[in-house]
Amino acid sequence: MSELKLMKGNEALAEAAIRAGVDAYFGYPITPQTELIEYLMNEQTEKRTGMVCLQAESEIAAINMVYGAASTGKKVFTSSSSPGISLKQEGISYLAGAELPAVIVNVVRGGPGLGTIQPSQADYFQSVKGGGHGDYKLYVLAPSSVQEMSDFVEDAFDIAFKYRAPVLILSDGLIGQMMEKVKLKPQKKRRTDEEVIKECGSWATTGKTKNRERNIITSLDLQSEKMEARVHRLMKKYEQMEKEDLRFEKIQCDDAEYLIVAYGSSARISQKAVEMARAKGIKVGLLRPITLFPFPKKQLFKLADQVKGMLSVELNAGQMVEDVRLSVEFKVPVEHFGRTGGIIHTPEEILEALEQKIINNGTIRHHKTRESSIL
Amino acid sequence: MELLDIIKPENQVFCKTKLMTDTPLSYCPGCGHGTAHNITMEVIDEMGIQEDTIGVAPVGCSVLAYDFMNIDMTQAAHGRAPAVATAIARTWPKKYVFTYQGDGDLAAIGTAETIHACNRGENIVIIFINNGIYGMTGGQMAPTTLEGMKSSTSPFGRDIKTMGSPLKMTELVAQLPGTYFVTRQAVHTHKHVRKAKKAIRQAFENLKLNKGISFVEIVSNCNSGWKMTPNDANEWMVDNMFPYYPLGDIKVNGKLK
Amino acid sequence: MTEEIIIAGFGGQGVLSMGKILAYSGIMQDEEVSWMPSYGPEMRGGTANVTVILSDEKISSPYLKVFDTAIILNQQSMDKFEESVKPGGVLVYDPNGITHHPTRTDIEIFQIEGNKLAVKMGNKQIFNMVVMGAFLKIKPIVKLENVLAGLKKSLPERYHHLIPLNKEALKIGMDNVTPFKVANQVAHN
Repeated sequence: MSELKLMKGNEALAEAAIRAGVDAYFGYPITPQTELIEYLMNEQTEKRTGMVCLQAESEIAAINMVYGAASTGKKVFTSSSSPGISLKQEGISYLAGAELPAVIVNVVRGGPGLGTIQPSQADYFQSVKGGGHGDYKLYVLAPSSVQEMSDFVEDAFDIAFKYRAPVLILSDGLIGQMMEKVKLKPQKKRRTDEEVIKECGSWATTGKTKNRERNIITSLDLQSEKMEARVHRLMKKYEQMEKEDLRFEKIQCDDAEYLIVAYGSSARISQKAVEMARAKGIKVGLLRPITLFPFPKKQLFKLADQVKGMLSVELNAGQMVEDVRLSVEFKVPVEHFGRTGGIIHTPEEILEALEQKIINNGTIRHHKTRESSIL
Repeated sequence: MELLDIIKPENQVFCKTKLMTDTPLSYCPGCGHGTAHNITMEVIDEMGIQEDTIGVAPVGCSVLAYDFMNIDMTQAAHGRAPAVATAIARTWPKKYVFTYQGDGDLAAIGTAETIHACNRGENIVIIFINNGIYGMTGGQMAPTTLEGMKSSTSPFGRDIKTMGSPLKMTELVAQLPGTYFVTRQAVHTHKHVRKAKKAIRQAFENLKLNKGISFVEIVSNCNSGWKMTPNDANEWMVDNMFPYYPLGDIKVNGKLK
Repeated sequence: MTEEIIIAGFGGQGVLSMGKILAYSGIMQDEEVSWMPSYGPEMRGGTANVTVILSDEKISSPYLKVFDTAIILNQQSMDKFEESVKPGGVLVYDPNGITHHPTRTDIEIFQIEGNKLAVKMGNKQIFNMVVMGAFLKIKPIVKLENVLAGLKKSLPERYHHLIPLNKEALKIGMDNVTPFKVANQVAHN
C-alpha cells in the first residue's frame, strides 16, 4: 500500500523518515532545509511513532546528539544546510572514526561563508573529499527528485547499518524546496529496545549485560598500530562500498557522441538540455552519479572510449569535474559548466555551454589548455 | 593467623568494586580522578544498575575513563558529552545515563552543551571534575583557573583583566529550572570521599525518579599541572580552591539553598 | 501533453498556492507534476514566482527559461517574464496595477480583472482562483472537477467549507477573461 502526495523535497524526506521507523532526529533551523524539522515537529513524531525529535542549541550539539543515539544502535539522523554542515564536520569525523551508523542530510545553499540561501552544489568537495579531519569517506547519495528524497532515507539507513558508517544525503535548495508527486511507503514499525539490542548489542552501548564484555564507542587509539588498523578497516569498508553499492543512472548513453555528467538538480536540468540537443540532432547522453562516493569511475572511463568529450554540469565553480577528469584519465576533453551564487543554470545555457566548450572546441583544443570554465 | 585464613571471603571487609576494571589507572599518583571513578562505580554497583547504565566519557585526562569503568561507555567529542548523553537518555528513557567531564570540557568548549542540557532538564547525571587546569595537554589555563594562578598559558598568573574570572559553572547551572540537584564535593579525605559518594548516589537515585539534571562538581587537584607534591597539592586546594569554590549542596530537590 | 507555466506576482497574492492547486489538480488526473518556487526574502512581500509543469511524461527539468504560459500578477513580473513566453504561447495577466502592458505580438495575451472581481465577490483572498479560472478557460489542461478534488485533498478539513466559494471564483474567472490586443498588433501566425 502506497500513498500518493504532492510534497516538497524536505517534507517528503521527513515523512519518509517517520515511515521508515527512524528512532530520532536532532537538528537546528537553517534555510533552505527548515521545513524538515518543522514538518517533524508538526507531526508530533513522539506521539505518532515514538520517534524522538529535538531542536538542539546548535548544529554542533545536534550532530553530537546523533553520535550519542547512534552509539546505542538507534536509527538517528540530522539535517542542515551548508554553513550548518560545516559546523557538523567534527561530529561527522567522529561518527566515521567510531564507526557509527547515522544519516546526515545537507540541503545545500550557495557559499562560501554565509553565502546565499538559494540552491547550490558547492559542497561537493566537502561531501566526498572528507569535510572533517582524518582518513575517512562518507557514502554520499544525491537525490534528483522529491521521490528520491523520500526513497533515499531507507536506502541511506540500510547502507549506514550495513557498514556501520555515516551516510550523507546531498540534496540542494532546488530539490528540497520543489514539490512533486511522491509515492510514500507504508509505515514501518520502529524497532523495540529489545530488537535494537539483539541487532546491535555486539557493539552498541546499550548497557553491559552479564553475558558480554562492555561495549565501548570511541574513535581514539593512542597506539599508532591500533590506529592504523582502524584506518585500514575503514578503507576496506570504502572498497566494499565501491564494489557493492555504487549507484548511477545512464540516460541516452548508448549512441551518445557527447556526454553530460551531472548529479542532483543539475542532472534534472541537464536532462532537458539532452532532450533539446537530441531535437537538434546532437547525440548527447547523460550520466548521473546517484552516489558521489562511490563514484562511477569505471563507467566514465569506458564511456570515454565512445564519446568525443564530456561536460560536467554542476551548480558550483567546478568541483566534480576533477573526479570526472581523474576517471577518464585524459582520454577525452572534460570541461565544466555551472552557475554559482544561487543562480540556477537553464537547460538552454547548458546546451550552449556543451556546444561551445565541447562540440565546437573540444575536438580542436587540446585538453591541456583548459581555460576557466565558469560562465 | 595464616595468610590463607586472612583472605578467606568471610573475613573480607573491603574489596575493589567489580565495576572497576583491572586496567591500571593512567592518572598521576595523587590525582583525584581515580577516587571519583571508584565511588561512581561503587554507586552503580550498589544500586545494581550496571546493565542499565551508559556512561559518556569526555576529552581530557578522563578520556580513557572507559578503560577503567566496567560499563558500556561512549567517548564524546570535546565538550559535547551533555549533547551525547541527551540523545542516549531521550532514546533510552529507562537507562541511567551520566557524563564524566573535566573543567575544560564542561566549562569552556562545552559551555553551550552544558547549559542547554541543564536548561532542558535532561534526565542525566553530570559529574564535573574541577581541578582548575588542563591536565591532559600539560597544564594550560582552564576556565576555572584561579586568579593569579600560574599555568603554561598564564605563566605570570591568571590576570582577570585580560583572561576573565574563574567561572563558577556549578552556581551558574543551579540557576536553571532544569537542574534538580546541584552540589559541590571533594575527594581528598575519607570524610569527603564518603560525602561525595553519597552525593553521587543521590544523583543516580534522582535519575530513577526522572527528576532532570543532577550536577555533581568535585573540586580536585592536579599535582602534576600545579607542579606540587600530592600532599602539597591537596593543601593548596583546601587553602585556595575551596574558598572560591565552597563545598556543599547548592540546590536540593529543585530548590536553591 | 506538457504544459510549462510560470506564475509570478507579489508575495501574498496566492501565487504559490495557485501553483500548488494546479499541481494537485494534475495529480488528480494522473499527470506528472512539478512545482518549483522562488524562495527566500521574496516571500516577505517582494515578488514571488513558481514554475509549475504538468505532463503525461516524466518531467526532466523543474527549472526553465521559457514557458508555454505566463500568469502575471504585477508589473515587476511583467517586466521579468513577458520575454519568457515561448512564441505562440500564452500570457494571462491582471491589469490591476500594470502601467506597461505587454507588447509582444507573437504570443496570445489575455486579461483577467482578478482583483476587481474578487473584491466584488466580497473576498479578496479568492483572487488567485479567479485568475486560475481565466487560465483554465484558455487552456483547459485540468478538469474543473479535478481542481475541486485537488482542493479537497490539499486543504485542511477546516477550510473545506470554502470549496464552493473557490468553485464560484473559478467560474467567474472563466467567464470574464478577455483577449488583449497589443496596439498596432500585426496578426501573428
